[in-house]
Amino acid sequence: MSEHRQDPALAPASAGRGGAEDAPRAQLDGREQAPGGASERMGRPSESRDPKARRIGVYVCHCGGNISDYVDVQAVVDAVKDEQSVVVAKHMMFACSDAGQQEMEDDIAASDLDGLVVASCSPKLHVVTFRGVAKRSGMNPYEYNQTNIREQCSWTHTDDRDGATHKAIALVRGVIGRTRLSEALEPLVVETTQKALIIGGGVTGLRAAIGMADIGLGVFLVEREPELGGWVGKFGPMFPHERDGRELIAQMVADVKKRPSIKVFTGAEVVTKGGSFGNYQIGIRVSNDPPETISVEVGSIVVATGFDAYQPAEGELGAGLPGVLSLPEFKELVDGSKGPLRYNGRPVRSLAYIYCVGSRQPDGNEWCSRYCCSATAHISIKVSERDPKVRQYHLYRDIRTYGNFELLYTEARKQGAVYVKFPDDAPPVVAMDKGGGLAVTVRDLLSGDEELEIPVDLVVQVTGMVARKNDAMVGMLKLPLGRDGFFNEIHPKLRPVETMVDGVLIAGACQGPKSSAESVASGLAAVTQSASVLKKGVAELDPLVATVDIDRCTWCGKCENACPYGAIEKLSLNGREVASISEAGCKGCGGCVPMCPENAIDLRGYTDLQITAMIDGLLEEAIA
Amino acid sequence: MTALTAPVEEKTPVPAPRILVFSTNNISDPGIDLAGSAHLHYSPGVRVISMPCTSGIRPSWILHAIKQGFEGVFIASDGDECAYLPDCAKRASRIIAEAQTMLKAEGLLPQRIKMAAICSVCAENFAKHMNQFSEALITLRTAGAK
Repeated sequence: MSEHRQDPALAPASAGRGGAEDAPRAQLDGREQAPGGASERMGRPSESRDPKARRIGVYVCHCGGNISDYVDVQAVVDAVKDEQSVVVAKHMMFACSDAGQQEMEDDIAASDLDGLVVASCSPKLHVVTFRGVAKRSGMNPYEYNQTNIREQCSWTHTDDRDGATHKAIALVRGVIGRTRLSEALEPLVVETTQKALIIGGGVTGLRAAIGMADIGLGVFLVEREPELGGWVGKFGPMFPHERDGRELIAQMVADVKKRPSIKVFTGAEVVTKGGSFGNYQIGIRVSNDPPETISVEVGSIVVATGFDAYQPAEGELGAGLPGVLSLPEFKELVDGSKGPLRYNGRPVRSLAYIYCVGSRQPDGNEWCSRYCCSATAHISIKVSERDPKVRQYHLYRDIRTYGNFELLYTEARKQGAVYVKFPDDAPPVVAMDKGGGLAVTVRDLLSGDEELEIPVDLVVQVTGMVARKNDAMVGMLKLPLGRDGFFNEIHPKLRPVETMVDGVLIAGACQGPKSSAESVASGLAAVTQSASVLKKGVAELDPLVATVDIDRCTWCGKCENACPYGAIEKLSLNGREVASISEAGCKGCGGCVPMCPENAIDLRGYTDLQITAMIDGLLEEAIA
Repeated sequence: MTALTAPVEEKTPVPAPRILVFSTNNISDPGIDLAGSAHLHYSPGVRVISMPCTSGIRPSWILHAIKQGFEGVFIASDGDECAYLPDCAKRASRIIAEAQTMLKAEGLLPQRIKMAAICSVCAENFAKHMNQFSEALITLRTAGAK
C-alpha cells in the first residue's frame, strides 16, 4: 500500500504517454542490437559535441506540493538558469502532465535543445515518460537525464526547507554536468519468455491466470494451500452483485482447467528465483511424496498472495468473550446456515457490530481497510432478510461505504439497522451482564453524547485486513514493503501493479485492503502489464554498455579476467593488441571499469567525465 | 519529572557534513527511495549517484569527491544481491581498499569511506547509516582530522 501524500492527479495523461519500454534493469540476457530503423526513431545520431555548446532545458517539478512544499523551486531555477549550456530553465506544477510534456516539446523545438533535464520524482517512475518527450521532439532519449528531488530530497528533508533547497540545487547542477557530456545512444533488445508465474491462487490469481491464458501467455499458478480459492472460496453471497464466492471460485477453477496453457501447482511454494526481467528461472517446491522442486522459466511474476484478517488481542473490545466474533467468523456463521440466525444452538435476536476494530489506530494499524463498512452493511441486510425482527446496532466511528456502496448503507437502515456514532477516543465497552449475556456500553455522539447500554446476543468485531507475513518470499523476490507491511507498488495510479523490481508485479489485497472486485481489477492490470512486454517477444533495454578507448588500451588482460560473461576479448589492430568489448555480450555492470590500469574503459551513461562532472556539480549548492 | 532550573543553552547549528553516496539502480536506490517515501529523515548533506553495480565504481571517483569537498563517501553496495556479479561484494571491498590507500597517500583519513549493503527495502537501515556516518564525520571535523 503506497504512502504518497498527494496524487499528481494526472494519471490518465501521463500513463497514456508511457509504454512498454522500461527503466534500467539488472542482468541482461540475450542482448542484441536494435533492429534497423531504430536509429531514425531515436533522433540525431551519436556524435561528439562540445559540452560548452550544448543547449539544455531544465525543468523543476513541484509535484503538486510534494516537492514545492519543502523545496523553493523558484530558487532552484534561479540558481541554475545562467549555468553554462542551460538555455531554458523553468519550474512547473506537474512535469509529467500532458501540459508539462507539451511545454517541454515546444521548448525543445523553439530553442533547438539537445539536452533535457527533469528534476522531479524517482527516475524509476517517469524515465519512460520523459524519454518519450525527447523522442517525440526529435531528441535522442538518452540525451535526457532525471534527478530525484522528491524521494531523495523533499520527502526526506520535510523538516529542513533551506537544506532541501540547497540540496536540490546541487542535485540539479550535478545532472546538468552529466547531461552536458551525454551522447545519443540506441536501445538494445532482449528476447522475453512468453510465460508468467502467478503466486497465489485466490480470486486475483485465478482471474489473472485466466486473463494471461486468454491473451496467449503460458501460466504457472502456484498456490500454497491444497485447494485454490483463497478467502473468496469460503464466502457465500458478496456485495455488490450477490455473487456467491464459493460458486464464483468453482466457476473460475473450471475455467482454469479448460485452459491447457495454465499449469496449476497446489500445496506448492516458490523457493528460488534466478535470471532477470524477461527471463526468470523459478524453482517451485511441490509437496509430493517425496517433495520435489520443479524449475520453470517465465518472463514476468505476479504476486497475488492476499491478506490476513486482523486478529484482536485477548480482551480487545471483548475479544475472547463467548458470543464475540470477528467479521470473517460472523460471515462464516451467516453463509453456513439458513433460516433465522442461531449461534451455539440459540436464536440470535440482537447483535452489535463494532467498527474499526484494529483499524485506524494511531499506535497500531493506522490504515482504513475500506471494504469492511460495506461488507458489514451487506451482511446486516442478509441477516434482516432472514429474520426482520433481529435488532442490529452498528457502532461506528465513520461510515465509509464509498461509491455505490452507499446504497447498501441506506438499505441496511431501511431495514431497521440502528447506527450509533461513538467518539474516536471512547470505543464501546463489551462485558458480560448478570444474566450471562453480552452488554455493550457506548456513547452516542449524535444524540447528545448520551451513554447507552445495549444488551445483545452477539457482538461482531468489524476487523480489517492486515498484511500477510511471508518473509522468505519477500527476501527472495526483493519486494518493497510499506510501513504497513503491504507490498508497495511504484505509484498507486501511474504504475499501480509494478514494483521496483522489473517484471515483478503485485496485485490484489497483498498491496493493501481491496474488495474482491478491486482485487480482480488489479489482477487484470497485471495481465495487461505483463502482456505489453511479453507478447512482443522482445523488450528494449538501455544500451549502457562498456566501451574501450583503443588509443589508451595497452592490453593487460585484466578486463577480460574481470568479465564473467566473456564479453571482452583481445583484438589485433594495426599491429597492436587491444581489448574489444561485445555490445551483445556486455551486461552493463561496469565491473571491468575500475580494473583497467589505463582508465581506458568507460560505461556509457556513466563515463569517467560524467561521474566526475556530477561529483563537482553535487557540491555546488549555492543559491544564485 | 525534574523541573528545569537553568536556561537551556542555545547551540549553534552544526553544518551537515556533505556525504556522497554511490548507490545502485536496482538494489540500493529503491531502498533509498523507500526511505524518502516513508519520510525518514537524514542530513540534506547526503547526495546520491546511482550506478548499475557497485563493482563499477572507480576508486579515483571516491578520492576526487573527498578532495573536492565531500567529507565522506558512502558505498550503498549490492552486497550479495548483485544481479550482475556473484563476487560483487569482494570486488567492492577491493575498490574500497584501493580508495583508502589513495586517501592515505593524500594524507586523508580512510574513515571517510564507509560501505554497507543496502537492499531495495533497507529504508530504515539506510537512514540509520546516514545519521551515524554524519555524526562520525562531525566528530572527525571537530577533531580537526583531514
